[in-house]
Amino acid sequence: MTHSTALIHYTLHLADDGLILGHRNSEWTGHGPILEQDIALSNIALDLIGQARNFYQYAAELINIGGLSGPSNISNPAMGPGLSDGPRSPVTEDQLAYLRDGWDFKNCLLVEQGNGDWAKTILRQFLFSAYQTTLYEKLAQSRDKTLAAIAAKSYKEGVYHLRWSSEWVIRLGDGTEESHTRMNNALDELWKFTGELHTAATYELETAAKAISPDLSTLQPLWKEKVKEVFDEAGITYPPSVWMQTGGKEGRHTEHLGYVLAEMQFLQRAYPGCEW
Amino acid sequence: MVTTNKNIDITEVRKLLGEVHDPEVPVLTILDLGIVRDIRVEGGLEIVITPTYSGCPAMDMIRQQIVTTLDQHGYGQVKVTTVLSPAWTTEWMSQEGKDKLKAYGIAPPNPLQQVCQIRPFHREEAVQCPHCGSYHTSLISEFGSTACKSLYKCMDCKEPFDYFKCH
Repeated sequence: MTHSTALIHYTLHLADDGLILGHRNSEWTGHGPILEQDIALSNIALDLIGQARNFYQYAAELINIGGLSGPSNISNPAMGPGLSDGPRSPVTEDQLAYLRDGWDFKNCLLVEQGNGDWAKTILRQFLFSAYQTTLYEKLAQSRDKTLAAIAAKSYKEGVYHLRWSSEWVIRLGDGTEESHTRMNNALDELWKFTGELHTAATYELETAAKAISPDLSTLQPLWKEKVKEVFDEAGITYPPSVWMQTGGKEGRHTEHLGYVLAEMQFLQRAYPGCEW
Repeated sequence: MVTTNKNIDITEVRKLLGEVHDPEVPVLTILDLGIVRDIRVEGGLEIVITPTYSGCPAMDMIRQQIVTTLDQHGYGQVKVTTVLSPAWTTEWMSQEGKDKLKAYGIAPPNPLQQVCQIRPFHREEAVQCPHCGSYHTSLISEFGSTACKSLYKCMDCKEPFDYFKCH
């Protein structure tokens, strides 16, 4: 894998995390428990999709300047079949979001998990935001100036997401017996996907070696500290070490991603190039 | 053949940009918001802007309005460039913009110090009610009708209001 291919994959990974979690959160729009929280989650969705868009634009730019050139890459599954037909016309952010298939997506398994109840949605956001803010804080120092700029901007937005979701984890964990039970059930369902957040994919090892991305193992203690602090206040036990499910970053997903893509990509698949 | 603009008059361009309003908070112009980062003239007219929030849906419309407004005044060749760094902050909002917000019924952003902390249940020290001026106000939701605002209520005059949050 060349340097630029790793950079493209890494950029797509960051974009996919934002898009898929943003889409999941947007499924709550119009269904939130109360209006203010419906708006809150929709706003978070908007931030995440906006951040994803910045990453997709950059990935498209890198691909178009020849990052994945050469015959072996024409059929590169990272590009998706929709992008490899005929003469090379420039790749767009929309194609990267709407025309890649499940195995091309490099998002973490955590973000594609179903919404479940409010507790599960909240906990998913909290676990992810705790990771994303520590990541972006470091990524803002990246040797890659574009990634650094997107990260610095996204970090400021992520801080709101983290604070909002932390408050909800505490409110539910330290709330009624019912809300406490639901928070623990959510933890049981989601915890096994948190190990992947700090397990580097092949391309992340390469970008880290080039000082483009931070070393994920250095982020893990910071993440744990944030999560533990909130769990303590919420009366939730920080789980002991368990076996962790990984694979999403390398394109091996749980069954849930396909359903997200089916809904999200339907229009562009059925009516290619369709615009508002 | 390169189509050229009439002679670029920076003062006029700046004045015209002051006629482009934020479609979501129409009381503010893009100059008030501080999202116009640069006006470049070398190699053609170029307006450099930066988004407030990454997902702000108004950016595409703002870009379009900049082009339309300038075109109507003889600047047919305009390039609008988006930059992300340095990240936009409410510190760049003009005092005039803050005054306009308040008159419009939206509490203007507090100065950056002491706020924007990560700790749960942390509150900004005091957001002033734009209706009655009371500091006895309370947060309803950190997220409001647009990404840049949160929702408050005044405990004295009992009116709800938007706060353009410090960012």
